[in-house]
Amino acid sequence: MYDGGKIIAGIIIGLIFLTFPIWFTHGKAVKRPEVKLPEKEKQCVQSREYMKTNHMQLLDLWRDSVVRVAQRSYVAPNGTKYDMSLQNTCMSTECHAKKTEFCDRCHDYTGVVPYCWDCHIPPKEEPKEKPEEMH
Amino acid sequence: MGVNRRKFLKIAGISTLGAAAVPAADALAMNPIEWLDKQLGGFTPSEILLHMGHKPTGLKPREALTAKRWAMVVNVRQLDEEIAEACRETCHKIHNVPDIKNPKHEIKWIWAEHYEHALPGQHHEHIDDVLKEAPFLVMCNHCYDPACVRVCPTKATFKREHDGIVLMDMHRCIGCRFCMAACPFGARNFNWKDPRLFLKEEDQNPEFPTRMKGVVEKCNFCAERLAKGQIPACVEVAQELCKKKGREPALVFGDLEDPDSEVRQVLRRHHSLRRKPELGTNPNVYYIV
Repeated sequence: MYDGGKIIAGIIIGLIFLTFPIWFTHGKAVKRPEVKLPEKEKQCVQSREYMKTNHMQLLDLWRDSVVRVAQRSYVAPNGTKYDMSLQNTCMSTECHAKKTEFCDRCHDYTGVVPYCWDCHIPPKEEPKEKPEEMH
Repeated sequence: MGVNRRKFLKIAGISTLGAAAVPAADALAMNPIEWLDKQLGGFTPSEILLHMGHKPTGLKPREALTAKRWAMVVNVRQLDEEIAEACRETCHKIHNVPDIKNPKHEIKWIWAEHYEHALPGQHHEHIDDVLKEAPFLVMCNHCYDPACVRVCPTKATFKREHDGIVLMDMHRCIGCRFCMAACPFGARNFNWKDPRLFLKEEDQNPEFPTRMKGVVEKCNFCAERLAKGQIPACVEVAQELCKKKGREPALVFGDLEDPDSEVRQVLRRHHSLRRKPELGTNPNVYYIV
């Protein structure tokens, strides 16, 4: 093998570079995101498990139902009726009033960028203030 | 002997025919496209597939105002600048319509026109003075045969079958602007700029979405208010102001298919015009001059 030493050295250096993300972050997994659940309202339109895995399908059905066939009332499994509205129901002050502490936590973690907020207005949140500086 | 091949084929054939009889009879009673629409509940096959076979599970809100064909009557002689401006301002405020000064980029859902622009072809130089200056409130005509709906490649703009409102599904609009070319009334505007840049945060109505750059928008006959049992905002404002001024209502809203509705009563009493009727789009906004 011509220039065997250089080739092997090159392969080793290459492997080190390629595996860099694996061994550099080994054992240092980023913490799982914790979403902040609403304080007052304890009951969502579906079970927690269903919402965790299927909220996007639910919202997709909602938007088609509202926009295209004007069926705007959602009947939850327990019989409660909800106005199908991301802005006015999901994100109401009683429920997920803070987008940054609910939607964004998981979406940022998983690198999902839903385009809901291009048009839908997220609830207003006060700019983050450090309590000790308030005095 | 049990079932041989010949017998099996006979039974299979007969049962197929039997199972197909009901939907077939159903299908023969209407044209194939209507039949398909009925099966899909107003959705396209790809949408049903996208939803994995689920159709929306919602109900119509009980308080919603319903009609077979919504229509509006604009009584121009009862209008004045103040009422027209109040209508425009209210509509634009509740629907988060940005205030863009550049006429090339402006967005409007409802606005005042002069006679010759509102009813072109009907104008001449000796029309009476009131009409010469009167603000003709114009907006989307929610045509019965809408040209915009025919040209939309994504079905983003569509006519709601149950009440005739021509709506936009902003989730689907790809911004091709075919509808703007098709609309003979200039009722549609394209968002050349991000509308939020022209909408101060404190002016936004948090209950209604804004639009994004690159979509077309227009008047929605206040579909979101009808769902809550309220009449369109412009009609409400105009009627309040007219009452204050002791006039007949300048804007009237109602069901065109209901012979006793307010719009039908007003149309029966007055001679009325529609914009560009020769184009055959069948507008649902009527003008009393």
